[in-house]
Amino acid sequence: MADDLLKPDELLARTDHRPPATGWMDTPVNIRKGMYCYAANPKSVEYLSLPYARQWNPVEDDWKLPENWKQIIFEGIRERLDKFRSFKIFMDICVRCGACADKCHFFIGTGDPRNMPVLRAELLRSIYRNDFTTAGKIFGKVAGARPMTTEVLKEWWYYFFQCTECRRCSVFCPYGIDTAEITIIARELLNLLGLNIDWIATPVANCFRTGNHLGIQPHAFKDMLEFFVDDLEEITGIKVEPSFNRKGADILFITPSGDVFADPGTYTCMGYMLLFHYLREKYGFDITWSTYASEGGNFGFFTSHETMKRLNSKMYAEAKRLGVKWILGGECGHMWRVIHQYMDTMNGPADFLEEPVSPITGTKFESSRGTKMVHIAEFLADLIKHGKLDLDPGRNDNVKVTFHDSCNPARGMGLLDEPRYVIKNVCKHFYEMPPNTIRENTFCCGSGSGLNAGEDMELRLSGGLPRANAVKYVHQKHGVNMLACVCAIDRAVLPPLMDYWVPGVGVTGLTELVANALILPGEKERETNLRGEPLPGMEE
Amino acid sequence: MNAKYMFSLVAVIVLFLLAYAGVEAAGLHVLFGVVIPYAAIAVFTVGFVWRIVNWAQSPVPFRIPSTCGQQKSLPWIKPAVIDNPATTGAVVIRMILEILFFRSLFRNLKFHFNEGNRFSYIWEKWLWLGALAFHWAFLAVVVRHLRFFAEPVPFWVQWVEQLDSFFRVEFITDFLQIGLPGIFLSGLVLLAATIYLLLRRIVIPQVKYISLAADFFPLFLIIGIALSGILMRYFLKEDIVGIKEFTMGLVTFHPSIPKNVSGIFYVHLFFVSVLLAYFPFSKLMHLGGIFMSPTRNLANNSRTQRHVNPWNYPVKVHSYEEYEEEFREKMIEAGLPVEKEL
Repeated sequence: MADDLLKPDELLARTDHRPPATGWMDTPVNIRKGMYCYAANPKSVEYLSLPYARQWNPVEDDWKLPENWKQIIFEGIRERLDKFRSFKIFMDICVRCGACADKCHFFIGTGDPRNMPVLRAELLRSIYRNDFTTAGKIFGKVAGARPMTTEVLKEWWYYFFQCTECRRCSVFCPYGIDTAEITIIARELLNLLGLNIDWIATPVANCFRTGNHLGIQPHAFKDMLEFFVDDLEEITGIKVEPSFNRKGADILFITPSGDVFADPGTYTCMGYMLLFHYLREKYGFDITWSTYASEGGNFGFFTSHETMKRLNSKMYAEAKRLGVKWILGGECGHMWRVIHQYMDTMNGPADFLEEPVSPITGTKFESSRGTKMVHIAEFLADLIKHGKLDLDPGRNDNVKVTFHDSCNPARGMGLLDEPRYVIKNVCKHFYEMPPNTIRENTFCCGSGSGLNAGEDMELRLSGGLPRANAVKYVHQKHGVNMLACVCAIDRAVLPPLMDYWVPGVGVTGLTELVANALILPGEKERETNLRGEPLPGMEE
Repeated sequence: MNAKYMFSLVAVIVLFLLAYAGVEAAGLHVLFGVVIPYAAIAVFTVGFVWRIVNWAQSPVPFRIPSTCGQQKSLPWIKPAVIDNPATTGAVVIRMILEILFFRSLFRNLKFHFNEGNRFSYIWEKWLWLGALAFHWAFLAVVVRHLRFFAEPVPFWVQWVEQLDSFFRVEFITDFLQIGLPGIFLSGLVLLAATIYLLLRRIVIPQVKYISLAADFFPLFLIIGIALSGILMRYFLKEDIVGIKEFTMGLVTFHPSIPKNVSGIFYVHLFFVSVLLAYFPFSKLMHLGGIFMSPTRNLANNSRTQRHVNPWNYPVKVHSYEEYEEEFREKMIEAGLPVEKEL
């Protein structure tokens, strides 16, 4: 973590929720270090054939915009008004009741009025009114309209990359206005001018080329998983054998590449491998990984609808090429929003796949009969319900667990009770955070939608504050020391968030907890968990 | 002093003076009594329909409901049938709850930043209550006014009137007679709720910060409508029979100007006309928009039923062949299966 970062108390002290004296239209935007991500590397933008790849710097005056940039934005808005009813209606019907204002984790954490969802949307609405509505054209500022300027563009860029598209505001809006939808469109518009952030553009370019955000090439991907094979052998005495790109497998497994790469996601990845081995040994379960579709996440979603589709296409393409029956998806947040709400529409129909049936329990996954893709939490919950897993929850006795609902599975899908059911069956000590901070009311990690870079750490820690504060509550009340989640970005960003606000709380994926409790046929007496830490009762 | 609400207040005062002086001083009864109301109704109708049609012309490319509860997945997991609707029927119930009872606003949680860096999120019902009171009272007022536009008065309008005046208040002196005619609650609730909605825009700093002149204008206008209505009914005791003859004349397209009706009536009518004409071009269109909001009016069933995007188009993808072409050598070396050997 950067050295010049404020201490937690200082950060809290600077957070003032009282709006400034000057109106927001008259308050210039201040692009502040620690609150923004670096500009996209032109090579990445170029690789994706996206427009206006160039070197530019957000804090410099000149953003090297194309000459006709206002025209491009104008045309871009018009095109999207015609394509998205959501956009058009959300531009028109907000009454500014303010119900959304204090629902945003970025507003709670920064106190910046432009982080109130309503105001974030007004940044774009004011231009829409000016250029597309009669009232705005006649009454101008009185009607809440203002002309497009480079100042406005910079404001857009700064604040639409301070929204994690978590949809918490949309739950409370009496008209269901979804700021995520507005941010998605605004980022599309910014991308028309080549104004992306590097933390999004480069993973997208990587994913397009190598199949995953991290740019892991096929042989290296295999190597990395085989490295886990050795670790697992050491811990369990059992050699698991993951298979890759194997034609004729029953099921294709796709999960975020982040879990292949960095702790503590790696333990979740090891958990998958252990689980699949167990199921193969006991029930002949037949699953393959893919190096071509080696990414569940989709940072294209944070670029444009088109880019999302380009990356997502690999899932069905690979399932078709390998001839599998259906797809199993790992733990990831926005990946599941894309799969659940977009994939079939964009890249379906998946008529070359079969309606998913668990080969072990015979359960038909009715709720995914169209997309043919099942969430690992659904799959696990079904296995446990049917008593198909030999579990020793005592192995997780050293953790007191709480569960963080990731925004997208919560508010863009409704995956709430499946992971809880799984956790309660593999851990004895489970405590919920306060009800207004979980399930559909869950707070974002503060780093979603591609904002999990290093340079915007102050933004991330501010945005993650409400989540951390709820964890702190159960940490103090119940001694909770482990935050479970079903999202790879969570696993990457919650550890620094916890270290900052609630030291002493670790972060784990769901499947890691399962794998710790899972009794494999023929395993040696396990002394450590997947992290190499002694199991309860095994401490010297 | 806030320019945004002063602007709106002044605008409503100017409208008042226009109508009052226009009728009382300039004698423009026909303009304010006939021409403007007809024009307003025309603008409202055409404008409202145009807006709805305009929205409907943009497709809904993706199924994006906000899910506010457990999905329907495994048969033994209890789904949140209404807050995460899986069927059209459930969506209809969700929409009814949203439109009639403001379900989402009911969830409202107010954030507090307490001593000792403690946060709390407390159920905040006042906005919900205020909004509900405002809208239902407004509806009751509108329904009651239908008595002026139908002969005989429909039974359901009479029901609403009876319900509305169940609360008897009588205060009769030589100077002031309240209670004759009977008090309609809806008018008073409408006025009180509108004033509440106005005050919160002025008093709560964040709401004040986000408010535009366009947010104050309709509130002042509706306060004007309610005040002028209350004034006529309880204090000026306008000639109801004359007004009904006039309104029936408007409905039957045989307008005639009533005698013995004060300038306040024309102010009332003018305010309503302005509200109607303003409606389609303003945020008041949320009345129509809520029905079409894609985060509320769609079922969360995109993994079971295919949603078609009418403008879905082929995109440039990176095919497996291109991928293998680039990495074939490394793949073979690592023992990964390939489609085409070297």
